[in-house]
Amino acid sequence: MMTIGLEHYLFVAAALFTIGVFGIFVNRKNVIIILMSIELVLLSVNINLVAFSSFLGDIEGQIFAMMVLTVAAAEAAVGLAILVTYFRNRGGIAVEDINLMKG
Amino acid sequence: MSVTDLIYSLSWSQPELWVAAFALAGVVIGVYVKDAGAGLLSLAGAAVFVVAGALAFLFQPSEPQAVFGGAMVVDGFAGVAKAMIAFAAAATLLLGADFFGKRREQRFEFPLMTALAVLGMFVMVSASDLITLYVGLELQSLAAYVLAAWRRDEARSSEAGLKYFVLGAIASGLVLFGCSYIYGFTGGAIAFADIAAHVEAGAGGVGLLFGLVLLLCGLAFKVSAAPFHMWTPDVYEGAPTPVTALFAAAPKLAALALIARLLYGPFAGMADQWGQVVAALSAISMAWGAIAALLQTNIKRLMAYSSVANMGFALMPLASGTVAGVEAALVYMAIYLPTTIGVFALILAMRKDGEATESIEDLAGLAQRRTLMAALFTVLFFSLGGIPPLAGFWGKWVVFLAALEGGLVWLAVVGAVAAVVAAAYYLRIIATVWFKPPEAALQTPTAVALTTALVGAAMPFPILVLGLGWLERWAQAAVIASF
Repeated sequence: MMTIGLEHYLFVAAALFTIGVFGIFVNRKNVIIILMSIELVLLSVNINLVAFSSFLGDIEGQIFAMMVLTVAAAEAAVGLAILVTYFRNRGGIAVEDINLMKG
Repeated sequence: MSVTDLIYSLSWSQPELWVAAFALAGVVIGVYVKDAGAGLLSLAGAAVFVVAGALAFLFQPSEPQAVFGGAMVVDGFAGVAKAMIAFAAAATLLLGADFFGKRREQRFEFPLMTALAVLGMFVMVSASDLITLYVGLELQSLAAYVLAAWRRDEARSSEAGLKYFVLGAIASGLVLFGCSYIYGFTGGAIAFADIAAHVEAGAGGVGLLFGLVLLLCGLAFKVSAAPFHMWTPDVYEGAPTPVTALFAAAPKLAALALIARLLYGPFAGMADQWGQVVAALSAISMAWGAIAALLQTNIKRLMAYSSVANMGFALMPLASGTVAGVEAALVYMAIYLPTTIGVFALILAMRKDGEATESIEDLAGLAQRRTLMAALFTVLFFSLGGIPPLAGFWGKWVVFLAALEGGLVWLAVVGAVAAVVAAAYYLRIIATVWFKPPEAALQTPTAVALTTALVGAAMPFPILVLGLGWLERWAQAAVIASF
């Protein structure tokens, strides 16, 4: 039997983080998918924090994870609100249409 | 935490308390006065910012004071940075009240969102552990995303808000991932002092360095240092101009102060490693900011690249790893802030046929129609371009000197070349203003915009030139008492 150690958790978190970042940059379809990718990035950090906290026997990492969860909820609320105003102006949320300004 | 500790902490956090109380009270007052009271609430907000900034500046402790159980630290560096943030935010709030009032678009939430952003910046510059750092950064960022999308009926504004949100969220993700590695590889250190102890001991290894680099990349997003600047031109162009003025000034200083606090506090023992990263960020920012601005026809996009280049100059002395570098960065930002706000006040004053215009072409022949505006443009852009005897020149002088003393000769050479290229596009605007034949005349600017531009232009010349000695002394005292 293989024991699951700290490095396994770190590997999963790093993989999720990478998937999240790629989801933001590679995705060409829908802004909602970008929001999901952002959540993935933030939650991968939480895996890191909780894994470190558990293996170091230190509670502060879990407090940090709680803070991240709270702020992530606020971030999603703000992001969705901005997305709604964008949808009202443009009538769609396709990523390739977000090009009024070159950049 | 005992009651005496709490009272002690609160008494050292008066600037934050004033701003927070204004934001909370404003929500309640706003329910009653509705949007008709927005102008008054903005004035009150500007007054509160000035009071908070004055309190932060006047009551600097002689030794760093750890408050709220070590979550935050109050010291001279934080005091000076908070004062500059507060004054910049007050100026942009007045510009915003004028801008939205003229369009009959005022909403009472505008001063409150600005206050929340300012509160976030205050927390950032006082942060003394990783959780405080993250919460302050997010408070500032979330308020800023909303402010960018403030004109919700305008497509460009909401697009700016969306872009800022998505790219800002990636930056937050990088910061957090970096924080989690720093936490783990220092054996569970959250407080900066504990991290410093581990770094001094040489523990942590590659994991810690990886965490620090990720954290720096995330913060580089926030100061819009190249190559993490891609949001800047679009957000600057799309956001309402007073909001752009805020973005160009206060959050830049807050994020720069946070970078300085991190690098010179907990990570001082790794200076030879992060010095290279900061030097690279600085060099790329100065070069790319200067080159990309040459092609711009929209003055707000041009100012975006100008701010990228300016952040490169501000990062240059920090790369040296000497305490004199922090001082130089502080002096540079103190000169940059009023200048850039003055430029944005002038951009606000650019109106043609009842519509705001942002095209550089519309400035043609401004000198013949509106000589005062042309003169102000000249002073402000000469200062940004670093032409003596204006204050912008002395800002660059201080920065180059600190870099040379820190042994970064190559970086100073890159900076000098970039400054020459940058002077070309500032001079192009001044040439357009003075020598091109006039086409459509711009309207009379509003009194608030013109006054702000006048004050902004008076800072680089003559006020800050004459007061340069004081400025350096303040920066020196603040930095020596803090690092």
